[in-house]
Amino acid sequence: MSELGRYQPLGYFQLMEVSLRELLVEKGVLTEEAIAATVEDIRSRTPARGARVVARAWTDPAFLQRLLENGTRACEELGLDVPALRLVVVENTPAVHNVIVCTLCSCYPRMLLGIPPDWYKSRNYRSRTVREPRAVLAEFGLRLPDGVQVRVHDSTADMRYLVLPMRPAGTEGWSEQRLAAIVTRDCMIGVALPRAA
Amino acid sequence: MVEASFKPGDRVRVRKAYPLGHVRTPCYIRGRSGVIERLCGTFGNPEELAQQRSGEPKQPLYRVRFLQREVWPDYRGREGDVVEVEIFQHWLEPA
Repeated sequence: MSELGRYQPLGYFQLMEVSLRELLVEKGVLTEEAIAATVEDIRSRTPARGARVVARAWTDPAFLQRLLENGTRACEELGLDVPALRLVVVENTPAVHNVIVCTLCSCYPRMLLGIPPDWYKSRNYRSRTVREPRAVLAEFGLRLPDGVQVRVHDSTADMRYLVLPMRPAGTEGWSEQRLAAIVTRDCMIGVALPRAA
Repeated sequence: MVEASFKPGDRVRVRKAYPLGHVRTPCYIRGRSGVIERLCGTFGNPEELAQQRSGEPKQPLYRVRFLQREVWPDYRGREGDVVEVEIFQHWLEPA
């Protein structure tokens, strides 16, 4: 059933991308090397970046404080540049669970999590997360007790959000690197919790 | 640059307006009341930027916290659940 190797005509947007790219190169606005380097740069940004930030916050209370006060500046300390946009880090506690959505389009902390998953951009996730967040989280396998407040962050303008999950029990004494390995993309969007497994 | 006229804790209402163009105020929150959570800073007005204009004067941008029960009267989650939305000052009025 694989489509691999089968000839597929270009879709509308693919054709537009190729046409625009070729025109920009032909007119000397961009070079093929510059485009390839940019694509490579985008691909190099993965959720491992965000996980480093979370692991540092779990192990360094002073960093945690700075991260909550000014997410952008705290990331710069780790050598992670968060260009132009401001990063707001929202902290999960035993009483509050945070989850991120962009109802208008697909705003996402790409500098820390890379390219968003397709479901994040889906109409289903975008419309239902503000309307019935507990039902959406349950579909991700995350059932929150009634005692926990759900705080949805609709990323509508110039801020970008990152959820700081709670450090799970059973990780006492772990190194930052080991901690970072259990911090997944979904934990930092707020649709999952890290596990010490 | 427009001066910030609200501070954290102030009660505000989102204007119920439906202008054409590129607006970053979601429809579901228009006409709803909430509380200023923080001032995020001052940013170019997206409605102007989208028209290839300067975005000046820059507008204060707030995060406003709304009770889900007030946004969706039939909300089924817990009573204290909230949604926070970034809203530019020119979309807010005192409540």
